[in-house]
Parts: sequence; structure tokens; C-alpha cells
Amino acid sequence: MKDDIEAMLETMAEELRARLAALQVTNPLMIGIHSGGVWVAERLHALLGLQEPLGKLDISFYRDDFSRIGLNPAVRPSQLPFTVDGRYIILVDDVLYTGRTVRAALNEIFDYGRPDAVILATLVDRGGRELPIQADVVGKSMALSAHEHVKLAGPVPLQLIIKQTP
Amino acid sequence: MMSRNIQLDEQGRLRHFLSIEGLKRSQLVDILDLAESFAGVTEQAVKKVPLLRGKTIVNLFFEASTRTRVTFELAAKRLSADVLNINMDISSTVKGETLLDTLQNLEAMHCDMFVVRHPDSGAANFIAQHVLPHVHVINAGDGRHAHPTQAMLDMFTIRRIKGEFAPLTVAIIGDIMHSRVARSQINALTTLGVNEVRVIAPRTLIPKEVEDLGVHVHHDLRQGLRDVDVVIALRLQYERMQGALLPSEHEYFQLYGLTEDKLGQAKPDAMIMHPGPINRGVEIASGVADGPRSVILQQVTHGIAVRMAVMAMAMGSTPGKEG
Repeated sequence: MKDDIEAMLETMAEELRARLAALQVTNPLMIGIHSGGVWVAERLHALLGLQEPLGKLDISFYRDDFSRIGLNPAVRPSQLPFTVDGRYIILVDDVLYTGRTVRAALNEIFDYGRPDAVILATLVDRGGRELPIQADVVGKSMALSAHEHVKLAGPVPLQLIIKQTP
Repeated sequence: MMSRNIQLDEQGRLRHFLSIEGLKRSQLVDILDLAESFAGVTEQAVKKVPLLRGKTIVNLFFEASTRTRVTFELAAKRLSADVLNINMDISSTVKGETLLDTLQNLEAMHCDMFVVRHPDSGAANFIAQHVLPHVHVINAGDGRHAHPTQAMLDMFTIRRIKGEFAPLTVAIIGDIMHSRVARSQINALTTLGVNEVRVIAPRTLIPKEVEDLGVHVHHDLRQGLRDVDVVIALRLQYERMQGALLPSEHEYFQLYGLTEDKLGQAKPDAMIMHPGPINRGVEIASGVADGPRSVILQQVTHGIAVRMAVMAMAMGSTPGKEG
């Protein structure tokens, strides 16, 4: 599975490169969503040879299930060491499922400023969307049922784990 | 030891924040870590997160305190909560309404959290025992008992500057007797495992039982300051002082006022703290309060992030139902 992920990351980097070239974007910003999204973003950031540091978002303060499940005790500070105003942003996550995490991440990014554009890159699209959100670049699409759970383990090595949930 | 700490819910999560006592080191560290995340919110263009959107927080102040109320209000607003400020000095109590009547009325308006400042020790605990299950209480200072958010913002400031608690020697100077701040600070410092806590004050301002808390008592300032890493000056509480506990302000400053000269005994990189408001020329010289080693204004800034953390933690423990 490990080599598989390397291949997926390289394909994603290739697609991103083509997309940036077509739009003549020379210096995009990349932001990963904690934790798995940051691991994927670190790899893509290196493969694309981006100059500016990687941004990291912890979207715990923007989740829509706070009043049901409370706060994640392992929340970390978001780090966006740049101005997002007027920039082209590649938002990266590990698994795209309901779309709620991406919704929260977009809200947080817009609290820092107004980017020109945001595109979404995810390692896995597992289906099951609950919001009108789609990824622009996907490493692998899987059709999983609601009883299956896919998780990225990492940071080294990166490994996709699929579990059955009751 | 204690039957059940009413601050905690069945899962051991923080439901109310009433005192440092009864909390474990890991729980204090969780508060500090979460506060660190909230400190980042002030770097955003929109200094606000939507966490407590739709929640109503009531600042219930039975005793004036502008700084504490304002930082609680800012903290609540940065969490997107709605805030109500009620100054009970000039409100219902003068009309004869009891405390419980006032609480029930506020609960009937669907308030979710009370931030309570009260001149009587135990007031916040009393309120916490009588609120509805979904309502949370934060102690913003009760009598001589506790001021836990002040202590936690002090711990946050110490950790940011010194990094670790274990190697530190901390001196608390001044009116230990009447200070809820000192009591909470001592509990927090010992729970977090500092090397040594010293209290320095005239005999009349040190309660007898203080040594039971595991601190060393000094009556001589220079001796007490020797090789300390952190110096905390307390405010001389005129408003709580009755009878002749002190000769005069002037003499107090001579003996216990923090001056550059006396601070020569402390480590060169010792940090100087004060919970405010400061009495210049009484417990601290102006030059020290404004000097390079003073972190007094950073303490105020950190107060917002720490209060956001305890509000979010307590509110996040609400069991089951959708808010």
C-alpha cells in the first residue's frame, strides 16, 4: 500500500502542476488540514517545490458538531504564516467524506482574509457527501459504505487503513 | 478524599471552573494547551471563532472589577457567544430579590453560562450546585477563596516564558492572607510541579495554615527573593484590610515593595508578575512595573486566551442534546 500512496501523491502533484500552469499561477499557497491533511500536504509541497512555508489548519474551533461532541482535546494552533488575501490556495486533506471538514476549513481561511481562489486536493474521495463540495484533484476514489471507515496513518510511512464499523 | 468534584462531569471533563483544587496536573495542562490554540485567534483578520455561536454567557458581577469583566467579555465575544453584563451592586439585590431568584430568572431566559464574581467565599460553588444541568459556572473570584482563571493565566505566562515548571522557584509577595489569587496560584504551581513556592509577607498578612499548602514562608524580602525565577507581587488589598495589619503604606514599600535593588537577589532573568491593578510605589516601584523583566501587560493579554479555553471546555462538556 505504501508504494501505492507514493504513486497517488505523484499523480496528484502532476495534476496540480498542469492545473497551475494552465492558469498561469506561479506561486500558490498550500494549506493542510490537521492531521492527515498536513502529512499529505507536506509531501505535495515538496513534490511541487513550493517556496512559501506550508500552512496548517486545525478546524476544531469551526466544526459544526461542537454542541454534540464537545471539543477535541488534542486541538493544535492553526499556523498560516502568510497573508491569504489575493492568493491562490491549494487546500489539502487526506480523506474527503461528508464535506463538513472542508466547509469548516473554508470558513476558517476566510477569517484570515480573502483569497483569489481555493482548490481542493484530497488523497482519497470515499463518497458519502452531505454538502455540495467536491475535490479538484483526487489521488484515489473509493466507493465505501457507511459501515466502512478509511483513515490515513502516518506521518511515516503513510498508510491507508480501512475498517468496518458497526 | 473528596466525594465528587462538582467541577467535573461523569466522564471527568470540566463542567464548571470553580477552583484549581481537585484538578489534576493533566487537566491544568489541557487548559494551557487549549489556551495556546486560542491565542492564535488574535492573529486572524477576523479575531473570532464560531465555537459558541448561539450561546448566551452572563457576567454576573457582585463586586466591581473592570479588567476581569472586560477580558471575560472579550473572550466570550471571540468565541462568538452573546454576552450579558449584570452588575449586581446596582441590580436586583437592592430590590430584595434573592440570589436563587435571580439565577432562575436568568435560566428562564435560556442563558448557558454564568461567570460569577462575588465578595463571599464559596459563592460560585453555591451557584454551581443550583443551576440547571446544561448551565455552566465559571468562578471569576469569590471572597478569599479562589480566582482560578487568574492563576491559569499566570501559569500560561510562566510557561510561555520559562518553558517548563519543574526547575522553577517562584516567590509570591504581599497580602497572602486576603488573596484568593495567591491561594489559586499556590494550588496551580504545586499541581504543575514547580521546584519551590515561597510566600513573602509580614506575619500579619500570612495565614497560619499556608504551610500546609507546601510553601516556604519568608518574612524578609531580600532573603526570600534569593535565586528565584519568577516574582509575583500581589496587590495590597486596601478594601479588604480592616484593623491595623500594616503600619503604613510607606513603611510597607520600604520593607516589601519590589525595587530594582531588592530584585538584585533574584536570578538575572527573573520575570516580574502582578495580577493588577497595581499600586505604584506601594507593592511595586514604577520602574520595576514598567521595566524590561515585567510581564504584567502580557498577563492581561493572556487572560483572554485562557478564559476562552475554560469557557470552551466547560461548554463543550454539555451532555447529549443539541444546543
